[in-house]
Amino acid sequence: MKQAEFLNVVMPFKDKLYRLAKRLLVSSEEAEDATQEILLKLWAKKKSMANYKNVEAFAMTMTKNFCLDRLKSKQAGNLKLVHSNYKEEGTNLQNQVEARDSLSWVEKIMEELPEQQKMVLQLRDVEQYDYDEIEALLGMKPTAIRVALSRARKTVREKLMEKHSYGIG
Amino acid sequence: MELDNIEKLLEKYFEATTTVAEEEELRRYFSKEDIPAHLEQYASMFQYFNLAKEERFTKQLALKPKTNLYKWASVAAVAVLAFGVYFGNDYREQKQAEKEEALFAYNQTKKAFTLLAENFNKGTQKVAYLKEFEEAKDKIYNND
Repeated sequence: MKQAEFLNVVMPFKDKLYRLAKRLLVSSEEAEDATQEILLKLWAKKKSMANYKNVEAFAMTMTKNFCLDRLKSKQAGNLKLVHSNYKEEGTNLQNQVEARDSLSWVEKIMEELPEQQKMVLQLRDVEQYDYDEIEALLGMKPTAIRVALSRARKTVREKLMEKHSYGIG
Repeated sequence: MELDNIEKLLEKYFEATTTVAEEEELRRYFSKEDIPAHLEQYASMFQYFNLAKEERFTKQLALKPKTNLYKWASVAAVAVLAFGVYFGNDYREQKQAEKEEALFAYNQTKKAFTLLAENFNKGTQKVAYLKEFEEAKDKIYNND
């Protein structure tokens, strides 16, 4: 497989990998590194890539595992992931989010969710995956996914309502 | 009428029983400007999801494999080695020839010196005769 071909396969979902990584790792630098790592791993496996039915799902699962491992090793090393996303010029998302306070609340609320709920919410409400796909990606039972999703959505709603009623961020 | 529908969908949404299409409808509804006050709190949620999907991975990907470097390094190494063997052999042969030449010259010279020494010895013997002649002459003159 040539480089151009590989990029064609990878292009459509590389942003999804990055967004999932960022959801889990929070720091955009960490997420960029993780995404790069995953893409390089895929590149190294390019010969067997034709055998995978769904490269995207495979890559998403790899990203999930990679990020969870990373979080685990950071915790074991008693280190907290530090993110310095404050002074970014390039990503206008950050600026837009900052501009609309209530949207940045949603982001912060999502940061506080348990990992599994974070991932389910990310995959469903941001990336709009089907339940079957999420099942395959996360290796979860359908009912567990629905429960996690419902909980995550309700938590976001509750916390948002709290903030709204207090009127502070 | 539409509001009714949206409220129902929201209820389903929080129980996680909506389909992707229904969720799409919710997102579309909440991206509009005129949202009733009692639903406004949900707007930021759906708007955030829309926004979050815009984020892109912008880092340049460096895919060129490192194996290429190894390949070229080994080619270069083999070239240098072949060069060394080829010219090294030539150099050795040249050295050998020089050595033989020197040995030949040495032997020739030695031969020449031996010849010279032999002839010189012959000369000394002849001189010994001359000495005899001298002694005989002295006897004759002294007798006088």
